[in-house]
Amino acid sequence: MSARDWQGLSISAVLLALAACLPLLGDDYYLTIGVTIAMYTVLATSWALFSGPTHYISLATAAFFGLGTYCTALGIENGLSYWMTLPIAAVLGALVAGLVGIATLRLSGVYFVIFTLGLSELVRQIVTWAQNVSGQKGLYVLTEITEAHIYWQLLGLGALVYLAGWAIGRSRLGFALRIIGDDEEVARHSGINTARAKVLLFMVSGATASVVGGMLAPRYIYIEPSTAFTPMLSFLVVIMALLGGVGRLWGPIVGVIPFTLLWEAISASFPNQTTLLLGFSFLVIVYLLPRGFVGLLEGLRRRVLQREAYA
Amino acid sequence: MNRRTILGTVAALTLATGLAGTALAQDTLKIGAVGPKTGPLAGGAEVSFWPNVQLWAHDVNAAGGIDVGGTKYMVEIIEYDDQTNPGETIKAVQRLATQDKADFVLAPYSTGLNIASAPIFQRYGYPMITHTAISDQIEDLSNKFPNMYFLLGGATGLAGGVVEVLSDMREAGEIGSTVAMVNVADAFGIELAEAARPRMAEAGFEIVYDNSYPLGTQDLSPVIKGAKAAEPDAFVAFSYPPDTFGLTEQAKIAGLAPKAFYTAVATAFPAYAGRFGAAAEGVLGAGGIHADGDAFKEYAARHMEVTGQAPDFWASAPTYASFQILQMAIEGAGTTDREKVAEYIADNSFDTIIGPIDWDENNANAKYWTVGQWQGGVFKGVASTGRDGAVAAMPKTGWE
Amino acid sequence: MDILITGLLLGGTYALIAMGLNLQYGIARIMNLANGEFLVAGGFAAFWFYTAGQVSPLLTIFIVAPLAFALNWLIYVVMLRPLVRRAKSRGQLEVDAILTTFGLSFLSVGVMLALFGGDYFSYSYLARPVQILGDTFALNRLTAAVAAVLICGGLWLWLNRSRAGMSIRAIAVAPDSARLVGIDVPRLSALAFALGGAVTAVGGSLISTFLTLDASTGVLFTLKALVIVIMGGVGDVRGTIVAALMLGLLETFVATVIDPGLTLAAAYLMFVLILLFRPQGLFGRKTA
Repeated sequence: MSARDWQGLSISAVLLALAACLPLLGDDYYLTIGVTIAMYTVLATSWALFSGPTHYISLATAAFFGLGTYCTALGIENGLSYWMTLPIAAVLGALVAGLVGIATLRLSGVYFVIFTLGLSELVRQIVTWAQNVSGQKGLYVLTEITEAHIYWQLLGLGALVYLAGWAIGRSRLGFALRIIGDDEEVARHSGINTARAKVLLFMVSGATASVVGGMLAPRYIYIEPSTAFTPMLSFLVVIMALLGGVGRLWGPIVGVIPFTLLWEAISASFPNQTTLLLGFSFLVIVYLLPRGFVGLLEGLRRRVLQREAYA
Repeated sequence: MNRRTILGTVAALTLATGLAGTALAQDTLKIGAVGPKTGPLAGGAEVSFWPNVQLWAHDVNAAGGIDVGGTKYMVEIIEYDDQTNPGETIKAVQRLATQDKADFVLAPYSTGLNIASAPIFQRYGYPMITHTAISDQIEDLSNKFPNMYFLLGGATGLAGGVVEVLSDMREAGEIGSTVAMVNVADAFGIELAEAARPRMAEAGFEIVYDNSYPLGTQDLSPVIKGAKAAEPDAFVAFSYPPDTFGLTEQAKIAGLAPKAFYTAVATAFPAYAGRFGAAAEGVLGAGGIHADGDAFKEYAARHMEVTGQAPDFWASAPTYASFQILQMAIEGAGTTDREKVAEYIADNSFDTIIGPIDWDENNANAKYWTVGQWQGGVFKGVASTGRDGAVAAMPKTGWE
Repeated sequence: MDILITGLLLGGTYALIAMGLNLQYGIARIMNLANGEFLVAGGFAAFWFYTAGQVSPLLTIFIVAPLAFALNWLIYVVMLRPLVRRAKSRGQLEVDAILTTFGLSFLSVGVMLALFGGDYFSYSYLARPVQILGDTFALNRLTAAVAAVLICGGLWLWLNRSRAGMSIRAIAVAPDSARLVGIDVPRLSALAFALGGAVTAVGGSLISTFLTLDASTGVLFTLKALVIVIMGGVGDVRGTIVAALMLGLLETFVATVIDPGLTLAAAYLMFVLILLFRPQGLFGRKTA
């Protein structure tokens, strides 16, 4: 590892440690926002691990999230401990993602986008139907887990995702993916197993979303299909990641943080026009920041560097 | 800085913090209200929840405010839209507690959103008198969240009421023993259907058609045709608002006209009678109210006058009653200390627009309306678990 | 027989939902996530005219169509054309379109909420039984299905017989080559987008006679429309019609014969299977 890597790693570790101190401040309001940010950061970053290099836009986040939620809820109802349900959710998410990945290899562009959307709905419909047939009553996840616990868990998972992303970026797999993103034909000709690379990454991102769903189940307490599988979640994750920029590992988080804060400010100040103003500010961002927040930040950095060079 | 800029700054600050009237904080009670203004449940909340928030605030302030130990406090409502997303409900209640420093928070709308935010209500000691939460886990929930109260009843009671009404009609010789039952495959619909099946069997009813349909089904005619082919004496649908309308319309078109026709949520909405007019006559539905009582009539008239729309005949009045209970408890306890107010709620019974309310061992109101019926353009309660004023259910005579 | 007719009627409804999006996506290349909101807006217009002035929804569509056309044309020219210009690749445009129209859909929900509240709007129009071959059907659904046939037929004729239609199809197949042979791509794209919006809004007016809508329901229709358009193959009118009818028949069949609880599961299963065997949709062309 180079000095630069060490520098990056230590900065990340310090940031992570700082973030972990948030619950110690004792302000529950900031903690709640922190949970939202952590949740979307993990989801958007793991989403970008797959979609960034391959340019495949997946709208299946809700499917994996819902799977994880149900996994934890059903597990706890059947006497498993909460900690047992998370690995199960991860394995299940990875399995489903693997199957879907293999099935969708032939799809490209918008067909893949809508396929994943249809898939989410399919999973949701099957879960709902099974719940109805089995006569399962409302699912309750009554635990002693608090917001702070959920927050720390999400941070931990986030750290794992970043490590994974960093490791992938340095590995042969990451190299393969970048080539696929640039030109799949070239990748195939140079002997890269494009199929395996894509499926593997999709599994990582599916498993992560599934675990996030499991972690959030104790927060929602009452689990119903319409909240666990809400299509809005898939869209929001995509939007936040794209607003940040998917070319960099740290791209999604710089999309998630301003987006969540903006969302919070608007919902707090304009309860009757929340949706309207969200939509409006959204359009403004898209037009003013064509390359996302990453573009904005890198532009600033370049300008600063240039100024230093001239000085 | 000239005066204009100062004024501007002050205005901007007030706007930014959302605390209009901070200077008057001594004379007002800040009451938080969180519910869906957008998202899948917004349609229901616009009928049962938001108008009552407005009406209650209007009523309290028109009467000079809430009397806390001799001082009158006006109420100031702080509203938030949770977009029918439990994560947003949690955030909004948290915001009310820590940023807006709300003195009290009204219970949110719907089962899922109430339960998701219950831990926050508990942590800040807010009494939570739910008006639209229906659960069969009331015992567990009230053990875990002692501040949580349930006004609207449980799935078991609601389903039991249906069986009771059908039994009565059968005894009167109006219907036979066959029932076609459908339910929407979502939490509430599933719970009701599940609670109804054993009770139907116990009462000697034969379920000749039993199916579910997914939320968001765009054509319910196969369901109705299937039910019709089974030639039932009674049709029971544990449905949600859009499909309650859809099922009724299809039944009308296909000529499915049993003597007992029941649809669940939204049957009690004024829009139901608005859409189906005279055809709604005789339709049974979830909920009901003592519609002929003076208390309700007077409430309905005020509701119309203040909000410009009519209340529904199920959750509207209990929603208002839950706000009333909060008000009475604050006045009764003579303090805005939330712990004392919560204690007062637990130890007392309350006389509200839906009649006297007292709590059972699970902090639930055990006496609630279960079934109502459209009779002469009004949705009247026909069965309850102990409320006064029920009228007899009458057989439905076709759709014309 | 009953299943066949009920299924075809439902298919007609689906065609109304999806046809507008097909024009917008297939030709103007905008994956319009705000499509469902225009459908709801069309439905609201019908509701308002009917309850306020007893105007039949069948007449309302003649007011709705030009309004929606103008509004969508404006949206395309003001908001979307800059994106088309700045996009370096098809993928870039797709991403930008998703972001923009997602914002637009929020904006539209907000506007509708401000204009007419979040309450359900439901009214009864032509809710009368009609007998076809001994079975009973709803007249309002039949009317919508007939309208769907007229609209789709009209579009098909226009695309295949008129000069403008031919040019538009050329854009759908090969936008770059179309430019070379002197087709005014920007103008026709705007035209297709606006036309798509008008068709969607008209569909909404017709659908509101039997479905209960509220300001927030648009996204459900957008999802369904996306699925149908993709299943049929992007940019192909026939594909959308066939996919819509298949979906209607399948859902009715499953609901009647198997279990109504599985209708939507079956619909999405069919969608998934079709894409597995025909990655370009039923009538899609293999393009890069």
